[in-house]
Amino acid sequence: MRLKTRYPLIVGLVLVFAYFYAQNGIVATSVSFSAIQLALPLALAAMVGVMCERTGIVNIGIEGTMLISAFTAFFLGAIFKDTVLGVLVGIFTGSMMGLLLALMAISWKMDQIIAGVILNILAAGLTSFLYRQNYSIAGTLSPIEIPILSDIPIAGAILSFHGPITYFGIFIVVALWFALYKTSWGLRSRAVGEYPSSADTAGVSVIKLRYINVTIAGGIGGLAGAYLSLEAVGIFERGFTAGKGFTALAIMIFGRWNPLGAFAAALFFGLAQAVTSQLMIDEVVEIPQQFINILPYVLTIVILAISAGKVRPPAAEGIPYEKEKA
Amino acid sequence: MKRLPLSGVLIPLLSVLVAMFFGGIMIAVQGINPLYTYEVLFETAFLSFDGISVTLAKATPLILSGLAVAICLRAGLFNIGAQGQLISGALASAWAGYYFVGLPTLIHIPLALLFGATFGALVAFIAGALKAYRGVHEVITTIMLNSMVIAIADYLASTPFKEPDQPLTRTPAIQDSARIPDIFGLPFGFFIAIAFSIALWWLLRNTTTGFRIETIGRNRNAGWYAGISVKRVTILSMLVGGSIAGIAGAIETLSITGRFEPAFNAGLGFDGITVALLGRGNPLGVIPAAILIGGMRASGSTVQFKTGVSPEIVDLLLALILFFVTAPLLARLLKRRHENVAITSGWSN
Amino acid sequence: MTNLLEIEKVSKSFGQVKANDEISLEVAPGEIVALLGENGAGKSTLVKSVFGLVKPDSGVIRINGKVIEPGDTASAIANGIGMVHQHFQLVPVMSVTENLILGDEPRKLGVIQMKEARNAAKAISERYGLDVDPDAIIEDLPVGMAQRVEILKALRRDVKLLILDEPTAVLTPQETDELLDVLRNLAKRGVGILFITHKLREVMAVADRVVVLRNGKLVGTTSPKQSGEAQLAQMMVGREVVLRVEKSQAKPAAPALKVTDLQVLDDRKLEAVRGLSLEVRSGEILGVAGVEGNGQRELVEAICGMRNRVGGTVFIEGVELPNLSPRAAHDAGISHIPEDREKHGLVSSYSIADNLILNTFDKAPFAKGWIRNHDAIAKNGITLVASYDIRTPSPNLPASSLSGGNKQKTVVARELSQNKKVVVAAQPTRGVDVGSIEFIHNQLIAARDKGSAILLVSAELDEVLSLSDRIAVIYGGKIVATFDSKSADRAEIGRLMAGSNA
Repeated sequence: MRLKTRYPLIVGLVLVFAYFYAQNGIVATSVSFSAIQLALPLALAAMVGVMCERTGIVNIGIEGTMLISAFTAFFLGAIFKDTVLGVLVGIFTGSMMGLLLALMAISWKMDQIIAGVILNILAAGLTSFLYRQNYSIAGTLSPIEIPILSDIPIAGAILSFHGPITYFGIFIVVALWFALYKTSWGLRSRAVGEYPSSADTAGVSVIKLRYINVTIAGGIGGLAGAYLSLEAVGIFERGFTAGKGFTALAIMIFGRWNPLGAFAAALFFGLAQAVTSQLMIDEVVEIPQQFINILPYVLTIVILAISAGKVRPPAAEGIPYEKEKA
Repeated sequence: MKRLPLSGVLIPLLSVLVAMFFGGIMIAVQGINPLYTYEVLFETAFLSFDGISVTLAKATPLILSGLAVAICLRAGLFNIGAQGQLISGALASAWAGYYFVGLPTLIHIPLALLFGATFGALVAFIAGALKAYRGVHEVITTIMLNSMVIAIADYLASTPFKEPDQPLTRTPAIQDSARIPDIFGLPFGFFIAIAFSIALWWLLRNTTTGFRIETIGRNRNAGWYAGISVKRVTILSMLVGGSIAGIAGAIETLSITGRFEPAFNAGLGFDGITVALLGRGNPLGVIPAAILIGGMRASGSTVQFKTGVSPEIVDLLLALILFFVTAPLLARLLKRRHENVAITSGWSN
Repeated sequence: MTNLLEIEKVSKSFGQVKANDEISLEVAPGEIVALLGENGAGKSTLVKSVFGLVKPDSGVIRINGKVIEPGDTASAIANGIGMVHQHFQLVPVMSVTENLILGDEPRKLGVIQMKEARNAAKAISERYGLDVDPDAIIEDLPVGMAQRVEILKALRRDVKLLILDEPTAVLTPQETDELLDVLRNLAKRGVGILFITHKLREVMAVADRVVVLRNGKLVGTTSPKQSGEAQLAQMMVGREVVLRVEKSQAKPAAPALKVTDLQVLDDRKLEAVRGLSLEVRSGEILGVAGVEGNGQRELVEAICGMRNRVGGTVFIEGVELPNLSPRAAHDAGISHIPEDREKHGLVSSYSIADNLILNTFDKAPFAKGWIRNHDAIAKNGITLVASYDIRTPSPNLPASSLSGGNKQKTVVARELSQNKKVVVAAQPTRGVDVGSIEFIHNQLIAARDKGSAILLVSAELDEVLSLSDRIAVIYGGKIVATFDSKSADRAEIGRLMAGSNA
């Protein structure tokens, strides 16, 4: 989103909210609250994409990363009756998936699309083989009341009482934005994603930076997975990431590979879902449940079709870096 | 274009063995003897006439969905959407199978297959057109389309096309006139699948259309330079892939399931990805790959019954096979040149 | 006097090719050394070894007597080596300042001190009189300016040795002169300079010493005082060089290709060809001379149907060509030797025989209707491999097995063997060995004599001068002047290429 469209959009959202709030205050706040909850895993997953693609690696294995991390986070959390440990295990699992992608894409120079698909299929195969019923965790991560914020009338009800991963996730978004545009790590990462040999000739190790970034990004994907199984619902089912990892890629593109832009796009997705669900609950519209479920997929395709050709991805993405050329 | 036939067979074969080795570790961790597990698996799948018959029946949709992925790979497209195309075809053929009454078999079966092919192609066309005209990457669109088709098919089977007066989400059974028979105890669909493999192999090798597809797949820019319409070939390849996946679903409906039920066809399209890559994107290579994987699928429940290993072991094995056959690991160990399949053409353009 | 740089017996092979074979040379502080050689002589590989971009197989490289770590750019930079690359190592979407500080950012706790960096960039650009705007985005800058950023990048790190890889290839004659001044200036301040070129004029103008490479070997060291241009040329090529192509008088007939008021956009949607008109007659070669990036690529692609024409028309023998259809252009009678043979000209995994029919695959005799005729394709492969001197054991081998020159001959064979009315040859000898250049030149002349109208677009002014019957100078997307090749004056063409109206 360019500056010109950003502010009208925000004003528009506020106006829409004000309208709904005037109609029914409780519903409007609860829809906004659940929009944030729906947006968070998408936003985190989109951060994985942003971090990888900004350094030139296409990661379509986000879905698998989230799935297997949600799995390990849930089962280790359940076995050791320790939810926090579960989260840490999820992050670790995710970073290992990142490392595997890095190995395939950077060292083995495999086609990155295929490498990502392998991650997804490996995750699906492993989780479906190892899945066991009758496990439960001690409880989901409990919501946090933010001291002053929760006393502010409407904003408090929307922004407070989220779980710890939600707040940490928002912190990650902001931190990633700052790091990408204000630090030397960010400058180097972006240079590596746009024109890797320029970074190489300036003494920056392209390979090392890509490895580090893809691995850390995997860890963020792991956190997103842990959010799903330990904070959002507290269960694990086979294949229960339900395409969020792919929707995240559309969100990343919609947000123009910018963490804040992607976060805004994720909120838009979350809101769209929350509003439609609410409309159905209120029986304002009668839509079969199946059509509600496909909303994010349709949005993903529509957004990609609209943005294609208008956005400019990092120039070097998808291309393995070859140092020696005569 | 001549490749050493040895490495074309050796690497896939080794991939299967190495995958089974690692899968075996996972089995052994559970305290079960992996060798016995594999023995049961192969005995059930390949060592009796009934076993082979079931294996070939399971292999039939896999050959076709493998072809659906392989033909697109040849054009440089990664069709992850065989699953959705297959379900679309399965539902369409089920509808044609029960809706038309009183047709002779020789008309009803081809008609139902045509419905399957058309609706499979329709789903693939969306992804192909978005790729050709908007530059949207087919991997994302086909995955999104998979989820959409599954949801829409679920709705259709639960409401307008639902079999009346019973609680399940499913269509009525197809007419007897639409049933594909077995021939000598072997499923007839299998021979249709083989015919498709040979036809596609011949088409790629000997026709100008095949040359167009191969050229676009190997060097899009050179294809454009040579006067080949990249857009048209992209859409054409997706249409061919989609209609073959649709036929896979149709054959499954008309010879095995006899109606459409959402849970029936799960995973067939995804297995097609492994089949295609294990068969090295070659329409003939797809056949042995599909038979192998079909055999694994066929014996899953017997393996569970006899050894206690859950049938999802096959999912794991397939994932490992896919990993080893596409990663250059084994080729490097054997000091052979590995040809990375290049498919990425950027997100938007 | 201690040497600044000492290269001792450095060797490097790529597969079967020995790019550098035991090369030794030195550069003293304040000395300008020209590294002269043809394309493929191993110049780039050698300097990349010095800068750590290539890891030599054997040999030692010292800076001020200290051995530098092979294959490690960071070590080279730390030891005061700076390099200006042939292909600019600049991130196009970033600002000048961001590019300057990349890899060595002024920072506090990892946070870049942008204001400080910007001021420093301004200061250093003023100190050396290079006049570069620190906030400009690289992709908006003209080539000469971008190159200054490259030089600034090196200067910013206090270089002792500055390496320049074909720095003048993309510059106008005027920009070249300015660059040579900058180099002299730097040398006066004690910086050692090693620069690669294959242009003799520059060597004569600025070098203290000349080192000549040929086929990966060092063939001699001399100076402009000791050796004249002709001598240097002979060292470079290894035999007497015929500077002019032998050709008979052209017998131009009716116009075959006519372009009127053409307007074309480049990849960034900026107007690259602005109302260009030209005409090529059957039986003549029209050479387009110009500094790269003045719309040549867009002109060629628009004529051949590969790029959208936003205005103007292209006629082949009076018939208008449809827009955006390579197929229609081909069918109407255009052969196109594309600028980038790897990207457009060849499918490297296809056999040579298949590449020789890449754009005729659906025409008789290579296809009968829908069915390909493998026999005819094979026969055609054998014939063309022989008649166009494509060096390969078999036309059934993949094109990727060929050397650059033979790849180019494959493209040329395919295009010229079709005897089309019009041949558009874009950079037909780029990156090709001398033997192949001569062969391709002769084939182009032969095609002319058979009656084709040939549009030659080349960044090598010498190639344009020696092949063309008429010469058109392109600048800013327009033809600014046309000469008969007999009356063409090199200096005047140079001025026109640079955009002066004289």
